[in-house]
Parts: sequence; C-alpha cells; structure tokens
Amino acid sequence: MRALLSSRWTTLGLLCLVIAALPLVFPSGYYYRVAALVWISAIAAVGLNIFMGYAGQVSLGHAGFFGIGAYAVAIGPARFGLNSWLCIFLGVFLSAALAWLVGRPILRLRGHYLAIATLGLGFLIALVLANEARWTGGPDGTAVPRLTIAGARLMEPVTWYWISGGLLTLGTALALNLENSAVGRALRALHDSEIAAALAGIDVARHKLRAFVIAAVYASLAGSALALFDGFITPDAAGFLRSIELVAMVVVGGIGSTAGSIVGAGLLVTLPQILAVFVEYEQIALGLIIMVVMIFLRRGIVPSARRLIVRRAP
Amino acid sequence: MTLLVAETLGIHFGGVQAVDDVSFAVETGRIFSIIGPNGAGKTTLFNLISGIYRPNTGRILLAGEDVTGLPPHRLAAKGIARTFQNLQVFYGMTVIENVMVGRHLREERRLVPAMLGLPSVTRQNRATRKKAHEILAFVGLDERIDEPAGALSYGDLRRLEIGRALALEPKLLLLDEPAAGCNPVETAELIGLVRNIAEQGVTIVLVEHDMRFVMQISDRVLVLDGGRMLAEGSPEAVRQNPEVVAAYLGRHGAREAGYARG
Repeated sequence: MRALLSSRWTTLGLLCLVIAALPLVFPSGYYYRVAALVWISAIAAVGLNIFMGYAGQVSLGHAGFFGIGAYAVAIGPARFGLNSWLCIFLGVFLSAALAWLVGRPILRLRGHYLAIATLGLGFLIALVLANEARWTGGPDGTAVPRLTIAGARLMEPVTWYWISGGLLTLGTALALNLENSAVGRALRALHDSEIAAALAGIDVARHKLRAFVIAAVYASLAGSALALFDGFITPDAAGFLRSIELVAMVVVGGIGSTAGSIVGAGLLVTLPQILAVFVEYEQIALGLIIMVVMIFLRRGIVPSARRLIVRRAP
Repeated sequence: MTLLVAETLGIHFGGVQAVDDVSFAVETGRIFSIIGPNGAGKTTLFNLISGIYRPNTGRILLAGEDVTGLPPHRLAAKGIARTFQNLQVFYGMTVIENVMVGRHLREERRLVPAMLGLPSVTRQNRATRKKAHEILAFVGLDERIDEPAGALSYGDLRRLEIGRALALEPKLLLLDEPAAGCNPVETAELIGLVRNIAEQGVTIVLVEHDMRFVMQISDRVLVLDGGRMLAEGSPEAVRQNPEVVAAYLGRHGAREAGYARG
C-alpha cells in the first residue's frame, strides 16, 4: 500500500485520469477556463515545490519569474515582431539566467534572510514591469498577441484546457523523475542537513542553485501560458500576492509532494470562485479555510491523506 | 603507509585558541582515537579535518596530498567521510535513501537525464539501491530499509550514519563519539562493527568519551587538553602517562592514583 501510494506512476496516472475525465462533468464552457487556470498555476507550484519542498529553501518572490514569462510573450511579438513561440523560450532563458545570476549570491543566505532576499527580487521585477510603461504598458497592463498554430489562433478555453493540462502532465513527470534521481536525493538531503549533505560529497551551493533555476523555468512557462491564454497581462501577475499564493499552494497541498502542489493549486484557484457567493467576505472565508487546513492537516493535504490511508490499511 | 598527517594545526575563535599546535600521523588501516576532557577541542579538531573549519595555522595531508582548506564536499571526493556526535540524519528520507545519498559521488549527477528519467538513470538507481542494501546488511540494519529514518532507535541511527559514511567508500572514516547514548549491548556491537570496517582497510579516526571503548579498540590514542596535545601513543602508554591521569582526575586525583599504583 505504502509503495503504491508513493509510486510516481500513481501520481501521474491519477493526474492523467483527472485531466481526461473532468470535461465529462463540466456543466458549461466556463469550467474549462477555471480548470485551465488551475493547471497553469499548478505548473508554477510544481516547480516551486522542487525548490521549497525538495531542497527546503524559500522564495517569496517567485511570481517575478512568472511575470517575466508572461511579459516575454507580450512584449516580444508586439514590440519586436518576434514569433510568440520563440518568446516563450526567450522568457524561459531570461528567467533561468536571472535566477542563476541572482541565486549565486542570495542562496548563501538561509531561512528568513533568504526569504527577504527573494522577496526583494520579486518586488524589483514587479516594479520594473509596472514602471517601464513604454515597454510594458505600465500598471494598466498590456494586450498579448495570441499564439497561432498553422494559422489557427489559440484562444478557446477548451484548447487551453488541453494545452495546459498536457504541459502540467509533462512538468509533473519531469519533477517526479527528478525526485527519484541522484540530484533529487541530493536536494532532499540538503533540505534535512546541509552539513551532512556536504560531507556525503554533495555540492550544496550548486544543487540549491539548480533547484532555484528549475523553479524559475517552471514559473516562466506558466506565466507565458497564462498571458497567452488570457490575451492580457498586468504587473499584478508578478506581484507579491501572487508570490504568496504560489507558496500557499505548495504548503497547503503538502510541502515536498508534487501531487500536493497540484491539489494546492486546485484549491487556491477554485476556492475564490466557489466562495464568490459570500461576496465581500470571500477573502475572510478563504483565509479561514487555509488556516483550518493547516491546523488539522499540518503536513498539507496530500501527505496527511496518504498517512491516513497507510494507517487504515491492514 | 601514512594516510593522514596533521601538521601544527591551530584555530582560534575570537580570543579562544580552540586547537593549538596539534600534530599527528595516522597509519593506513589503523584505529586512531582522540580523547580528552570536555572542551578539549576534540570536535573542533574533527571539524578541521573534515573541512567544516579552515585552520589558522598548519596543514592537513591525505595520502601525501595537501588538502588544507578544501570544502567538505571536495574532501568527501578525496575519500574522507564522517559521522556526527549530534546525529545529522536525513529524517525526510527512508533508511535506504539515507545510505543512497552516500553514493552521490559514484552516481551520474547530470540534470537533464535525471529529469527525463532515462533508462540509464533507472539502472543507476537500481544499482545504487542494491549497493545501499549491502551496506545496510553490513551495519546490521537491513530489516527496515523502506521505513522513514525517524522510525529507528537511537543506536540504529548511529549505525545508519556509519552506513551512509561507508557508502562513500572512504579511505578515512571519522567517527564523532560513535558510542554516545548507546547502551552496553549496543556499544559492544559497535566495537565489532568498527573493527570490521578497519579490517577492510578503512582508516578510522574517532573521538570518544567512553574510555573502555577507546582502550579496547584503538591502535593509538591522542590526548587533548585545552586545545593542546597532552600525549600520543599506544592505549597502554597513554593510560599510564601521569599528565593524562592528571588531566582526567585533577592533580589531587593523580596523586591518589599514583599511590594506588604503588
């Protein structure tokens, strides 16, 4: 039972099943849109979980990379006439390069200090996006040219449901593979004891940097997907609240669990939609639910559920 | 052959000279113990040898090569492994995964094959797991390999750390108080295990408080007091050294001990 629950094939199989089966129960087209938003957020959360959950580091500015990905596909085609597909990769490259450059000095910091440094990085990116109005359209945001395949413009929520679902499946598979490799073990080891990891021959600084760059790449891809899906982007996508939301997805779902990050993303994206019936009390209800989850399922939803099942099983 | 040489090692923290002018040499395949009262600088000396601190003076030679000031992960690559007085177990991992981490340097560590989950990575995982299983059998922990490390007893966690260190296939194994917190049965088993490791040609340097443990197992003993070397020699010679007795029992105790010997 334990082996079955912790197998990467179980996670991957369940994810494929859910993505394939959900449309069967959708009462209207609107649900495709919400689900696509879940998949897109989940991509960023799965990436952030590699940095936070596997390696045990903290980033409070991760939406910054999300913003870079989003604005890459907005600015590149509109201002420079570049191909949107190319711009996705440019965004990824830019995010990875920035994460690598900034990560080298700041990943020496630990705990609260690292949190503040990444917070600063996030603020910086959001500030640039909001202030360089000439390029970014400023705080009001900017339109994003749609992605085209063979002349067809991709804008239907149904289309994006499948694109983002496919991307999430791929991202999840890569993250799960990483977890069960020498690199993944190194990340999880330095999470528990940097000193013991170093004495086992692990280059701690290098592996932290790797995890940071991978997480930045995931966030950038998710950002590009959101911008192309919505056709419009504002600097809020890179803002502090988005960063906190990403951290909340990872923690609520279960830090260190890839499946948990997806569940967390599902919860944090759909709850505000469901709670909209409370109108102005929506934020309070959301906050309360997160608090209750964390009090009763301290390890996060997925790891807690897994423990429960293992304990009940004969 | 000499494996480890420490030459006039010294380090100070602020005004405190924690280790001062310590020199010694350890022969390959021998068990070398460092003893001394609390605060004598034993663990600091260990941290110097394993690269956690950089010495202010002196050098460290491993198999004739100067390794002074190398960071811990580079020293690991040169063949130095260690365990910790206050356990440093990877509690988020299973028992066997802890030992698999010790194989890190023997594994392919490129990112892209790992993320793609290529067949070579799967094969490597299988090989690493098999090797880790063998090591766990050697340290006597092969029954609960897939349980979380935290489920093990204290004595078993000490073995797990030794197993993780052995997974590195080290030339030099540093054991920081391996018997601390172990009951007499566990200690006796530990003596057997450490002897087995030494018989396989691994050189062992250990810090230990348990005198019976040290006297039974060591080929040579180094006594530290206040960061300085007090004596170095065979267990027998060290035991009878009046300065050592004085350091352990105090001046008055030494006089009493002297009477007792007649």
